Amino acid sequence: MKPNPRLLLAALAAAALVLAGCGASSTTSETSAAGSATTSGAELSGKITVSGGTSLTEAFTKIGKDFSAAHPGVEVAFNFDSSTTLSTQILAGAPADVFAPADEANMTKLTDKNLIAGEPQVFVRNELVIVTKPGNPKGIKTLADLPTAGVISLCGEKVPCGKYAAESLQKAGVSIDESNITRGQDVGATLTAVTEGDAVAGIVYVTDAKKAGGAVEAVPIPAEVNVIATYPIGVIAASTNIDVAKAFMAYVLGDEGQAVLAEYGFVPAA
Amino acid sequence: MLVAAAVALVFFAIPLVGIVQRANWSTIWHDLTTAEARDALALSLVCSLSAAALSVAFGTPLAWMLARTQLPGRPLLRGLVLLPMVLPPVVGGVALLSAFSLSSPIGGWLHDTFGIQFTFTTAGAVMAETFVAMPFYVITVEGALRGMDQRFEEAAASLGAARLTVFRRVTLPFILPSVVAGTLLAWARALGEFGATITFAGNIAGRTRTLPLAVYLELESDTEAAIALSLVLLAVSLVVLVSLRDRWIRAT
Repeated sequence: MKPNPRLLLAALAAAALVLAGCGASSTTSETSAAGSATTSGAELSGKITVSGGTSLTEAFTKIGKDFSAAHPGVEVAFNFDSSTTLSTQILAGAPADVFAPADEANMTKLTDKNLIAGEPQVFVRNELVIVTKPGNPKGIKTLADLPTAGVISLCGEKVPCGKYAAESLQKAGVSIDESNITRGQDVGATLTAVTEGDAVAGIVYVTDAKKAGGAVEAVPIPAEVNVIATYPIGVIAASTNIDVAKAFMAYVLGDEGQAVLAEYGFVPAA
Repeated sequence: MLVAAAVALVFFAIPLVGIVQRANWSTIWHDLTTAEARDALALSLVCSLSAAALSVAFGTPLAWMLARTQLPGRPLLRGLVLLPMVLPPVVGGVALLSAFSLSSPIGGWLHDTFGIQFTFTTAGAVMAETFVAMPFYVITVEGALRGMDQRFEEAAASLGAARLTVFRRVTLPFILPSVVAGTLLAWARALGEFGATITFAGNIAGRTRTLPLAVYLELESDTEAAIALSLVLLAVSLVVLVSLRDRWIRAT
C-alpha cells in the first residue's frame, strides 16, 4: 500500500518540530559591529567571543559596545550563561577568547587544564541580596524569614550564585527545606521566578536586583552573613585572536571598564 | 539523493554516538538509581503519561473540530493550536505564567476560590507538558481525519447512526493508527519537555523536577550522571519513535 502523503507530511512536520522544540539554551549573543572599514597598521581587528556569567550580561554588553567603538574593526560577541555551563562548554572545546565566570572555581577548572593564557585576574566583586515581590508582601526582613515564607527561588546548587547562597544561609544558620526551593539554571532564571513566577523571594546578586528595578524589592543581607562573589577574567590559550582578547581583558580591568561595572552595581575588585 | 540522505543520517547519528561513547558504563547503574534520579524518572513518567492522556482526551475533539467543521477563521484557530510547536518552550512557560500564576487574574481566582495552584505543583508540570505536547497529537489526528474517506461516515449516518456512534464505530477505527502514533509523539515530546516546565512549574525536587530538569542541574555538577539520565531519555524516545514508524507503515 502507498503511504498517505498527508499523514507522512504531518508525521515529518511533527518529527521535525519535536527536534526543533527541544532546545532550551539560554545562550544570547550580542554583536557590536565595527563602524569603520579602514584600519591603520597597529589597529586591532577581528572578532572575539567572550563567555561571561549571566550576571555580567548588561555590564559586559555595554563594555563590548564601548570597546568596539574605541577599536573600529573589532567585533565582540558574547555568550552569557551560568558560569558552570560556560566552563563545561570551553572544556568540551567550544571556541571562546575570553572567559569571565562569577566564581574562581570555574576559572580554576580551566587553569588546571592549562586552557588560560597567563594569569587570570579578579576584576570585580558582587554581593548577595534577598529579592521579594514589590512591596515585600510576606514581610521578609532577614534570611531567617525565608524557610516559612513559601517557595524560595535559588540558583542550582553547583552554579556560583547557588553555592554562594548556600554559604550565606549556612553562615546565618538558616536551612530551607528542599521542597520549598525552586532552582533556576542561572541567576537570570532565578530572578525571573520571582519577577514573573510565584516564588515569594529569591537570593540573587545585588546587580541583578538593581537590574530588575521596580519588579522586585531588595532586602539587604548583613555583611557578616553575606558572601562576596569574586569574578576572575582570563584569556583562553586557544584563542585565535589573542591580541584583541588581551586588549579586551585590559579594557575591563582599566578605568573605563571598571566605571561601567560600577554603574551596574558591581563592587570594585580591590 | 543517496549522498544527501547519508549526510543527514550521519548528522543525526554522530551526536548520539558521541553521548553514548561519553557515558561511563561502570557507574551508570549507580547514577540511575540514586534517590534523585529515581524521583525524577518517576515524576517524568507520571507527568508525561498524564500529558499524553490529556492530549488524547481534549485533542481528539479539537482535531475533529478542526478537520470536520466549517467554523469561520479555522486556519487561525489551527495556527493558535499549533503555535506551541514553534514557540520557544521558555516563552510558552512565561505565557502560562501570565495566565495562571497567582498574580494573574485567572490563576489568582482559581487559587482564592478553589485553592488550586499550578505553579510549583506537579499539576503545573503536567499543564506545561500538555501545552507543548498536545499540538503534536492534534496535528497528527487532524491529518488522519482529513485523509479518510468521509463516505463511510455519511453511509453510517444515513443508516441512522447518531453522530457519536458514527465517530466511535466508524471514524475512530479508521484513524486509530494515527491516534496511537499521535499519542506516542505527544508523550515523547512531553517526556523531553524542559523550558516550559522549569519556567512555569519551577524546579522543585520530587514535585516538578522531571528528568530533563534533573539532567540540566546535573550537567552543572556531575556530567556523567547527566549523561546517564540523558541516555534513559534517549532510549525511551528511540523505542517510542521506532515503534511509531512501524505503526505508520502498517496503517497506510
